[in-house]
Amino acid sequence: MAVRVVTDQTPLATAVVVGRQGAARALARALVRNRKALAGLSVFGFFVLVAIFAPLIAPYDPTALAFNQMLQPSRAHLLGTTGIGQDIFSQLVFGTRESLLIALAAGLAATAVSVIVGVSAAYLGGLWDHALNLFTDVFLVLPTLPLMIIVGTYLNNRGLLVLIGVITITGWSYGARQLRSQALSLRNREFLEAARVRGERSAYIIVFEVLPNMTSLIVAIFFGAAVYAVLAAAGLQFIGLGDPSSLSWGTMLYWAQANGALLAGSPVWVLAPGICIAALGAAFALINYAFDEIGNPALRPVRTKK
Amino acid sequence: MSYLIRRLEFFGITLWATLTMNFILPRIMPGNPAQAMLVRYHGRVSPQTIKAIEAAFGLNPQGNIFQQYFDYLRNTFTGNFGTSVTFFPSPVGDVIKQGLPWTLGLVGMATIIAFLLGTLIGVLSAWRRGGVFDAILPPVFIVVSAFPYFWLGLLLLLAFALNLGWFPLGFAYDLTDSINLSWSFAGQVVWHGFLPALTIVITSIGGWILTMRNTMITTLAEDYVKMARAKGLSPVRIMFMYAARNAILPNLTGFAMSLGFVISGAILVEIVFNYPGLGFTLLQAVHSEDFALMQTLFLMITLAVLLAVLAADVLTAILDPRTRDQG
Repeated sequence: MAVRVVTDQTPLATAVVVGRQGAARALARALVRNRKALAGLSVFGFFVLVAIFAPLIAPYDPTALAFNQMLQPSRAHLLGTTGIGQDIFSQLVFGTRESLLIALAAGLAATAVSVIVGVSAAYLGGLWDHALNLFTDVFLVLPTLPLMIIVGTYLNNRGLLVLIGVITITGWSYGARQLRSQALSLRNREFLEAARVRGERSAYIIVFEVLPNMTSLIVAIFFGAAVYAVLAAAGLQFIGLGDPSSLSWGTMLYWAQANGALLAGSPVWVLAPGICIAALGAAFALINYAFDEIGNPALRPVRTKK
Repeated sequence: MSYLIRRLEFFGITLWATLTMNFILPRIMPGNPAQAMLVRYHGRVSPQTIKAIEAAFGLNPQGNIFQQYFDYLRNTFTGNFGTSVTFFPSPVGDVIKQGLPWTLGLVGMATIIAFLLGTLIGVLSAWRRGGVFDAILPPVFIVVSAFPYFWLGLLLLLAFALNLGWFPLGFAYDLTDSINLSWSFAGQVVWHGFLPALTIVITSIGGWILTMRNTMITTLAEDYVKMARAKGLSPVRIMFMYAARNAILPNLTGFAMSLGFVISGAILVEIVFNYPGLGFTLLQAVHSEDFALMQTLFLMITLAVLLAVLAADVLTAILDPRTRDQG
């Protein structure tokens, strides 16, 4: 264990080794029972629905400059209008799409990298482990926000893919470290020994024997990476490193700040996208925490007092 | 001993990776810093200045790539970071010197407060497991820690500075005043720093609480705690001298590390509050494509983090003998 990160000490070796079918069902059951997971999943589901049905929900075209500028919230404009006369509520509804897309895509990409690096390090061992571990450590300590800002500035291309790429590069290392520790604790279990004796190839063992036993941790890491992606994207877009013509919550905040919305008496323009970012981030964080509790029973809340 | 060697290896490699990244990035990206400056000043820069900037970057079109690389390393190690475009013609070193104290003061204080307060709440929350504290606080802070912290800063700005008028709108001291050593000036600094510091404390305290609580729960189940209870020691003594003392290690090393993240930790908060620290400087550098300043800031930030990591490792080795044996 080289670099010590705050939650590095949580025991991960408690993962229960169960059959493939049983694991999925137990996970589903544990999720429904966990109140944090339920709350998080509900909010997440809500935003997914909003993203899908955006054209039906939004009353106006989000980019149309059809209204007076800086209108206060009213029945016609639930959240008022922007500094150039766009309907804020419609922007918020359509912005859900890109914000959700960034969170899921970057979360998924970062998780994939962590799985590949972390599990290979643990399973291959020796010099590979040493090298991959060092690689992970380097990325773990590189300060992410400045790195994102600098890479983003150099690229001078503010497209969606660049944003997702930058978040992925800076967001995978923490998960890789957690996965490595858990994979190490699984390494000498009997069922893996059995697979090796059967003569299975390493790739088969990793994909079909090791990974299924780490499902709950991988899912937790995905949601952790998604929280990071939501906040990182919002931060980068807020300081103008996103595509300013795109429609997302972070970009809305950028324009609100650029137009001095707070000083101009239109706080709703700042409040609304921020609340959405916070809600989505919190939803992912709750699901992530719930998976931690499922994987590590010691953390579960106790109902009765001693 | 091998523990220390491995840590130094890590330190060296990360430092090298940072330096090399700083060297490669401007070369694989379109344009070069000297040209960016030329464009910015519409060609009003003298050829000598261009040469000086190129030299500072090690951008010497005549030399081959290795020659450039070694020039760059030599310049960096001798403290020759080049000239800032944003604050032309100040050297980058001077620009950083101006911002550094503000960042260290603001974020450093906020980090210490968050650590102390968070650890204490974590201890109490684990001690009273299932109590009100434990039921409400951890979930609240999970949610709060997922807030975009710059947005929380905007909220505080809206509520306490704009609507209530209790605090100023930003900057580190009254602009009508100049920096001096007086009580009234110190008062201004505290008054201006309050909201940004509060933003950092609120968003970072959750991590300290959760880590402390979770480790504390593990130590509370240890035999020596049962033993202490059986001996009839006072609860406060068991809580702090037996359980918390053994549970604080992760938080303590985390604290040592977070001191390294002080410089980079609050970039967005500084931007929201127009606080004249390094984060704000970085934004200005980004907006005017001031690559020399950006690179040096990044180098400084990484160096601070690395030193903190090293400190955390040494601290762990001193406080927890087991790490030394593991090697």
